[in-house]
Order: sequence, then structure tokens, then C-alpha cells
Amino acid sequence: MSPDLLKLIFGRLGIESLPLHEPIVVGTFVVVALGGITLLGGLTYFRLWGYLWREWFTTVDHKRIGIMYMILGIVMLLRGFADALMMRGQQMLAFGGSEGYLNAHHYDQVFTAHGVIMIFFVAMPLVTGLMNYVVPLQIGARDVSFPFLNNFSFWMTVGGAVLVMASLFIGEFARTGWLAYPPLSNIGYSPDVGVDYYIWALQVAGVGTTLSGINLICTIVKLRCPGMTMMRMPVFTWTSLCTNVLIVASFPVLTVVLALLSLDRYVGTNFFTNDFGGSPMMYVNLIWIWGHPEVYILVLPAFGIFSEVTSTFSGKRLFGYTSMVYATVVITILSYLVWLHHFFTMGSGASVNSFFGITTMIISIPTGAKMFNWLFTMYRGRIRFELPMMWTIAFMLTFVVGGMTGVLLAVPPADFVLHNSLFLIAHFHNVIIGGVVFGAFAGIGYWFPKAFGFKLDPFWGKLSFWFWVTGFYLAFMPLYVLGLMGVTRRLRVFDDPSLQIWFIIAAIGAGLVFLGIICMLVQFAVSFLRREQLKDVTGDPWDARTLEWATSSPPPAYNFAFTPVVHDNDAWWDMKKRGYQRPLTGFKPIHMPSNTGTGIILAGFATAMGFGLIWYIWWLAAASFIAMLVVGIGHTFNYHRDFDIPADDVIRTEDARTKLLAGAK
Amino acid sequence: MTIAVKPTQTGEPLFYLADEHPHPEGYSTSLGFWIYLMSDCLIFAILFATFGVLGASYAAGPAPKDLFDLSLVAVNTSMLLLSSITYGFAMLTMQQNRIGQTQMWLAITGLFGAAFIGIELTEFAHMIHEGATPQRSAFLSAFFTLVGTHGLHVTCGLIWLVTLMVQVWKFGLIEANRRRLMCLSMFWHFLDVVWIGVFTFVYLLGVLR
Repeated sequence: MSPDLLKLIFGRLGIESLPLHEPIVVGTFVVVALGGITLLGGLTYFRLWGYLWREWFTTVDHKRIGIMYMILGIVMLLRGFADALMMRGQQMLAFGGSEGYLNAHHYDQVFTAHGVIMIFFVAMPLVTGLMNYVVPLQIGARDVSFPFLNNFSFWMTVGGAVLVMASLFIGEFARTGWLAYPPLSNIGYSPDVGVDYYIWALQVAGVGTTLSGINLICTIVKLRCPGMTMMRMPVFTWTSLCTNVLIVASFPVLTVVLALLSLDRYVGTNFFTNDFGGSPMMYVNLIWIWGHPEVYILVLPAFGIFSEVTSTFSGKRLFGYTSMVYATVVITILSYLVWLHHFFTMGSGASVNSFFGITTMIISIPTGAKMFNWLFTMYRGRIRFELPMMWTIAFMLTFVVGGMTGVLLAVPPADFVLHNSLFLIAHFHNVIIGGVVFGAFAGIGYWFPKAFGFKLDPFWGKLSFWFWVTGFYLAFMPLYVLGLMGVTRRLRVFDDPSLQIWFIIAAIGAGLVFLGIICMLVQFAVSFLRREQLKDVTGDPWDARTLEWATSSPPPAYNFAFTPVVHDNDAWWDMKKRGYQRPLTGFKPIHMPSNTGTGIILAGFATAMGFGLIWYIWWLAAASFIAMLVVGIGHTFNYHRDFDIPADDVIRTEDARTKLLAGAK
Repeated sequence: MTIAVKPTQTGEPLFYLADEHPHPEGYSTSLGFWIYLMSDCLIFAILFATFGVLGASYAAGPAPKDLFDLSLVAVNTSMLLLSSITYGFAMLTMQQNRIGQTQMWLAITGLFGAAFIGIELTEFAHMIHEGATPQRSAFLSAFFTLVGTHGLHVTCGLIWLVTLMVQVWKFGLIEANRRRLMCLSMFWHFLDVVWIGVFTFVYLLGVLR
């Protein structure tokens, strides 16, 4: 075939785009391909495709979508963590003239992919998944406000993850660092597909994130059960509300910034170029106007989880509920007033830097208030050291350290020394792992029995906990030391042999975290095998306080046979105390949304369009875009999107639970 | 929604609604669409900010004075403003359940919208012909992106308008269609408001500068 025709069909994709010259990537590909074939073969052999499609892929049930988000987050955690291990290994070895085992081209992709994956495709899905699962249950609702949109949002997030994963084996990923600053990310310095993968993966996933933010705000504002005033909402619901407000008020900024960068790259405009009046510094400002709220998007739900866990396992009402709510709201607002602290060194001048330094320090006040609230909740409580509580205590210790190094960095003159050093790396891993990751794990341990009807195995959980916590400290405390010695981030080789020992300690720490992840996977497997022993039929295994524990575990599709009525902050605790009797008769048909495949189809086309744009396969991009329009508009012609669960089905489900509860007594 | 909760006859507190009605279809739609519009507003806000930063970076190329034809822009603006009025008429007739008139006003709205897009494209073509391309300077990059994004929104609105006209024609002014027309109405007026901003800050202030 002629080269022109080939170019028309395949764009710039060719056989040379496959990274066959990188043995590490080829090896990974073989393993992933074998694993993938085994998985797909297994699903086919056991005839699970129909089941998966009907019950999971097309589901509009917020609980199932939540679980799928969690699975996505955990799968991507394995990928992101593999990148982390590679970096730790490289930096440990590349001393005394050794080049390590990663060349610069590959290493730069690894650190970029690590950051992007961990934030967008691990932390975000874990947080969104927990909010999706828990919030409607906590507010006594049947589902979210827009169930179809929820399914679509999830698949868009998956689409973004698929593009990032594709970059591993087809072409390459960005080599720019996780925020892709121009001019490095502009076409002149990054002419290959890496940055395009970055842009389209985030754009596709970003649509999903924004829409799910709108969805959850509406759910919380409109669908609370009777009696649940704003100041009676569980704290997790409050932090979710604030997080989703942050999402809706910040992700559009990311969308625009990436769109402008794509215009620079595809059309040749001059937004962030060095010449023709462009300003790369504007990119840095804009992306951090999204980026700073983003870290609060991640950590606020974690704060909510810790609040629920602390009060449940201390057997006490949360101390200072009102101050907790106000602290959350204040953090939400302040998170928009600090973005410049990410680049004090840009040269905005003393006044501007002081302003942003001071606002940054002020954020530690509401955060500190929260910390004291948790402590006072535990004070004189009857603390049960179950796993979620252990994660919470590890969080409180770790996060305080991370917070204090953050305040150090907020001092502009100190930041001039520490900017882009490993001290910074240690700081943000300190707060993100100590806050968000520990929070997600606490949440998983806490709500797992709600989702599946059996608890997680405590032995493997504790093993995982201790590996994670010790591994974390070994991996990141040396980075503080190295940062203070002046080592900057993203370095591939080192000269000074005295630094090596710290990198060896850090690598050992990463190895321990690796064991922690393995133990966690074993924990899931063991818990599944021992599910009969770990079973909980009461629906309330922790003697907890909020509404999600009032229904069965796992909850029926309709969540609550009758919409609950709430009289207290700790609604379920109040019900238990006042001798609430579960209704046994009078069930009625329940109106529910029906499943639809439109979400996954639309997201599939969006991903294909992204792929076409990345590789300049214009026909594919155009065809996918048109297909999206047709399917999307076609979907609006379907006016019958819900159905009634017949009263008989409700009666059968509820009677089954009555029998189970009687058996438990 | 009733927040107040009455005790039951026996004085026992009420813990669930024995007799409840599901939320009506589209219960959260207006709020959800409103929040979506605010997120879209933020997109425009960033584009305005970008234009604010780069709007004077001509890179020795053409400036607003050399490019903008205010009378053409005035005609264009009137097209969009008129389309908002006619959309208002469509909503009024919808309230009175006069389906034919609703469709007519929607069609007129669409024509005004299409005229707006046509004039805008003519203006763009003219500028590009003069060498004032989006690539020429940061000012022009920001100009084309801000105004073009607005135009793209109007185009989406037109596609949506046609879809809704087909749906009204097929299914009548049913509750779902009324709700959809309401959402498009918010969208359409929102674009009008954004255009006022574009007209003022980009064109008028640009020529004054």
C-alpha cells in the first residue's frame, strides 16, 4: 500500500510505534496479555459475559457502580504502584557511574504515569466509589438523582484509564511530569503521542468526574429522606457534598486548560508558547487553580470516613459535629485561595507570595480543629481496635506529620530552598498516602460488610496494615532527609555516593508497601473463601450509627423497603435506642430506574475518538464523534427509563431477611 | 418534601413512611441542569480570563481596531438577542399548550441562531483571509477560542433545538418534553448572557483599547 493511504488509515500509528525495543515493556505486555487472555477465557468458559453485561456493565444501581469504581481503583493501584517500585529500584541502583536499568526515555514516562495514575485513576475512583456507594444509603435514598448519568460517568472514567494503559503498549506516555507544563509539553519539545495520550485520557475521564459531581450534589440536596435536615446529615455526606462542589467548581478549569494545550499542539495557537505573545506561566497558574482544589477533593471524603469510623468504634457521638461541618466548608472555600503556593519560585513578588503563604497556613486551622474533634471523640470512648480504627489512628499520626511539613513549605523563603525537592515529594505522599489512601482503606474495611454481607479477614488485614504503615515511613522519611540535603525530584542518576543509603532505605520501604498490597489482595481472597465464618446477617456488624446500617447487607436494589424518617444526627443509633421495629407488612411496589447499555457504548466511542485524535487517525475520531451524537440523541428518544419492582418481589426479599434475622438471634 | 415529622397515633416516633410516593420524574433535573450551567459558566470564565491576560499580546500583528467591524457585530448581537426573545415566546405558548405556535417560535429561534452562526463564520473567514489567523498571535488565539467556544455552544444548542422539535412533533408537549424545553431555554438564555460579555469585553473594549 502507498504511504499516503497507510497514513490515511493509521495516522501516525505504525509498527515502529510498538515499544519492541524496551524489554521491560515487552515483558510486562506478555504478562498482561497472558493474564488478560486467562481472564477473558475464564469469563467466556463460565459464560459470565451475559451476567456481567446485564447485572454490572449496564447497571444504574449506585451500589454496583460504586463497587466497580473501587475495582477500577484497586486494579489501577497495581499499575501505579509498579511504576513506584521501578522508580525506587532505579534510584537505588543508579550510583557510582551506574545508569540503573531504566533509560531516560522510559524513566520519564514512568514518573509521569505514576503521578497521573495515582491521582486520576486510583485516588479519584476510590473516593468516588465510596461516595457513590455510601451517600445514597446514608441519606435514605433509593438511588442517585441521575442513575443513567452515573453509569455513563463511571465508563468515561474507565475510558480514560484504558487510554493510559494503552499508552504503555502502543506508543508512549508523556515524559513531562504529571501536570505537563509547557513549553516542555508543547509540540516543539514533545512532538510524539505521549502528551496527547495524557490530554485525552484526562479529558475523557474528566467529563465523567464533572458529571458525577453534579449528580451527587443533586442527590444530596434533593433526595434526603424526611427529617434529615442539612445539619443532621452524616459527616461523610457533608464532606461528600463539599467534595462534589469542589469537583464541579474546579474540573471545568482543567478541561479548559487541557483544551488550550491541545489547541497549541494540534492547531498551532499561541496560548502557552514562548513566542507570539504566549505565556507558559498562565498554564501553571490555571492548572493549579484546578490542582489545589483537587487535593481537597481527595482528602475531604477521607476526613468524612475517619469521622464515621471514629465515632462508630469509640461508641460515641462524634465530638463537635457543627465545628466539623464548618471546618469542612471553610476548607472548601480556602482551597481556592492557595494555588500559588505550588510555584512561589515563579517570581510573583513578595506581596503575592506572602498572601498565598498566609492563606495556606490558615488552612491548617480548620484541619487542626478536625484533628481535635477526632481525638475528643475517642477520649473516654470505648475504643474497639478493629481495622478501620487502626487505619484511622495511623492516619492521625501520619497526617499530622505531613501537615506540619506542609506548613513549613508554606513559608515562601523556605519554599525557595525546598521547591521541587524530595522534601516536597515526601510531604505530599505523607498527606496523600496518610490521608487519602489510609482513608480509602479504612472506608473499604468499614463498608465492605455492608456491600458483601461478610467482614474482611482481620489477620491478613492487620498484616497488610503493618506492612503499609512501616513501609510508608521507611519509604518517605528518607526523602525528607534527602530533600533537606538538596536532592531534587525526578532525577534518574546520582553522583554523590553518600546519598545512596537513603535511597536503599526508601526502596526497602517500597518493598514493604508491596507486601502490604499483596496481603490486602490475599485478604480479599481469604475473606471470600471464609465468607461463611465472617458472615454478618444483621446488616449492622459494627454496632454503627448512621442510616446505611439500617438495611440489610448487601442492601436490596431498592435500598430501603420504606423510606426512613430521621430524628437525630446518628439516625440509626437513635432508632436502635428507641426500640425501632422493622416493618414486616404493608410492602408496596417500588419505582426504580432501568438498566441501559447507552453509558458504556457512549464511553466506548469517546475512548475511540480519543485514540483517533492521539494518533491523528482522523476518520476514526470523526466517525466516533458522529456515533456518539447519534447514540446520545437516540437515547433521548427513549422515554421509558424506569419500572416498578412488584410488591411480591419486595415481600420475598424482606421475608428472606426476616428469616435471616430470626436465625441470627 | 415534608421535613416536619408527626408522631404516630400511639405516640411512638415514626421511623419510616408507610405510605410514600416516589419523587416525580425529573425531580432533580432543574437543579442538576443549573449546576451544569454553572460549570459551563466556569469554562467561559477561564476563557475570559485567558483573553484578559493575552488580549493585548498582538505579537506585532493586527489589533482589534484593525479587525473588528462593530456594525457587523451589532447585527450579529441582535440576531442572538432576538432569538432569546423568540425562545421566550416559545415557552409562553408552551404554557398555553399551543403546540403549533410553540413549534413555530422554536423554528424562528433556530433561524436566528443559524443566522448568528452564519455571520460569525463569515467574520472568521474574513479575518483569516486577512491573515489574522488563530496562529498569528496570542491575542488572536484567545479571541478565536473564546468566541469560537461560544459559537460551538450555540451550534450544540441548534442541534438540541432540532432534536426537541422532532420530539415535540412526535410525542407532543408531554411533561418530559416540557422539562427538556425548559432546560434548553436556560441554556439558550445563558449563551445570550455570555455573549453580552463577549460583546462588551472583546469587541467594544477591544476597539476602545
